[in-house]
Amino acid sequence: MEKFQTLRSGVVPLPIENVDTDQIIPARFLKSTTREGFGQNLFADWRYQPDGQPKADFVLNNPRYQGQILLAGKNFGCGSSREHAAWALYDAGFKVVISSYFADIFRGNALNTGLLPLQVSDEVLQGLFRQIELEPETQLVVDLPSQTLSIPVWDAAIGFELDAYKKECLINGYDDIDYLVSQRDAITTYEQLRKWVF
Amino acid sequence: MAKSLFDKIWDAHVVKAIPGGLEVFYIDRHLIHEVTSPQAFDELQERGLPLSRPKQILATADHNVPTRNQHLPIQDPLSRSQVDKLTENCAKFGVELFGLGHQYQGIVHVIGPELGVTQPGMTIVCGDSHTSTHGAFGAIAFGIGTSQVTQVMASQCLLISRPKRMRITVDGELRPGVTAKDIILYIIAQLGTGGATGYFVEYAGSAIRSLSMEGRMTVCNMSIEMGARGGLIAPDATTFNYLKGRPYAPQGERWEQAVAYWQTLYSEEGAEFESELTFDAAAIAPMITYGTNPGMGIALNSSIPVLGTDGEAASFNKSLAYMGFKPGESLLGKEINYVFIGSCTNSRIEDLRAVAAYVKGKHKAQHVEAIIVPGSKLVEKQAIEEGLDQVLAEAGFELREPGCSACLAMNDDKIPAGAYCVSTSNRNFEGRQGPGARTLLASPLVAAITAVEGRIVDITQYVN
Repeated sequence: MEKFQTLRSGVVPLPIENVDTDQIIPARFLKSTTREGFGQNLFADWRYQPDGQPKADFVLNNPRYQGQILLAGKNFGCGSSREHAAWALYDAGFKVVISSYFADIFRGNALNTGLLPLQVSDEVLQGLFRQIELEPETQLVVDLPSQTLSIPVWDAAIGFELDAYKKECLINGYDDIDYLVSQRDAITTYEQLRKWVF
Repeated sequence: MAKSLFDKIWDAHVVKAIPGGLEVFYIDRHLIHEVTSPQAFDELQERGLPLSRPKQILATADHNVPTRNQHLPIQDPLSRSQVDKLTENCAKFGVELFGLGHQYQGIVHVIGPELGVTQPGMTIVCGDSHTSTHGAFGAIAFGIGTSQVTQVMASQCLLISRPKRMRITVDGELRPGVTAKDIILYIIAQLGTGGATGYFVEYAGSAIRSLSMEGRMTVCNMSIEMGARGGLIAPDATTFNYLKGRPYAPQGERWEQAVAYWQTLYSEEGAEFESELTFDAAAIAPMITYGTNPGMGIALNSSIPVLGTDGEAASFNKSLAYMGFKPGESLLGKEINYVFIGSCTNSRIEDLRAVAAYVKGKHKAQHVEAIIVPGSKLVEKQAIEEGLDQVLAEAGFELREPGCSACLAMNDDKIPAGAYCVSTSNRNFEGRQGPGARTLLASPLVAAITAVEGRIVDITQYVN
């Protein structure tokens, strides 16, 4: 997993609520046996016509909006547990998704992919949508060590929450596997204690 | 302190609590399938790690398999390579696989319970969000991403935080024609598609207890559709009777010991829940969805709501535009092109029996294509033994071979763009059943009646 420290970037707005992982990456593109290459099919049915031509009205096809931050309506990533959704966003160049809340499994998958799910209040989210609509070139700064989202054009900085362990993982590029494998003795002891159950 | 069912199972599986709230959480059973496991096996090999507990893993091929001619090689090269990769990985790592052609092959959430692999008090995970199904047995079961699949493969544990607890009680008697599917569609419509995010739900109450195991599985299956991490139901005599004698259930003395333990699995009086909701079973009508998330459901004989609040209006309108419906209109009389009966929500023998019982001596409408995809080879076998295949064939329904099929349309079972499909599956997301397909979720009974009538009807006049 790549390290994440600080990001200054433009924003791609997707003001739709309950964006499910079937929209992020439709099931018919899940046939690969590797993690790479899902970005080209990110939001495939919203992004392309059936003949493969880009749909002009979809935000990823609009050159006004550029950046590594996706700004999305509440309950982003609901539905299927496919981690391919997080891989597709990351592969397409996104490093942060901002929403007012995320579906549980997606949030975990994003963190395990190195994609930061950044939760803000509904009010801030709506404010950001208005700001980006007004000035599409607006830049935001995400600073993970200080857990702040800065909006230079407002001269404002907002704190965001993140589990301390997950924060360390992102900053250092670690994942959970090394930690879990290091717990092998504790796990074996546990197994011996409750053998009677199964 | 009084403990909830959820806490009893959760606490018994904490290997170690880490300051800050995360816990090393032990997993008893790990179910895998061809779509979300290949990258996990690769990761394990790249890191030079062994598969921690191969005996606690069970594999099947379901998401991507054809539902016709399963004895022939899979036509689609990508699907074939994914299924082959699963076979190869299982052989290499010593994992039991119920692949195509095996007598136990089927949808992962159908075969676990029917083989007795799923048992009360267990923790069960799978790289699939409908793993919540197994909660019907009083297990903590939930879907995970592929990185977590790797974690369980490497350590038999996950590093996770404890969800909040919610109890949903449904008391009273169900009206005629109202089934487990209607209960869960009703609950999701009340809570909304994200209404239980962060929670693990216990379903309780007389209406839940009166359900068969098949019905309980249908309810728990769709917990994720309101954002819940999972759902579970306290095991009771219905659970034990279902499990007794199944191939992987404990036998003999071990069975007695297991039942004695399982009987301790219930929420004690005064157990704490961060959220408690109660519904009256008699208030639930046969349900159907009109939009593009499972929370957009209404009673069959009521009308589509007129807009949500301002913030939600854009998403609501986009959803209705996709479905070709108008705010405030009734769905009654709408012509339907396809009926799909299947998926991990409703593909069990009881579902097939309900459909067969209604369509016996009737015939599907001319313009409707009706397909039934059993959840497993065992369900298919039993349906044939009971003569349901004949009844269904005479009614013009096509009985296919087991798999996830048109629930997510990874194989050839797709609904064409613009067509309407009444489906017993769990998701009506845009394009879920094929690009442009329009899905209306309902119970097997509603689906059967719709297939015969060829349009949406108020089923209360068709059931006594």
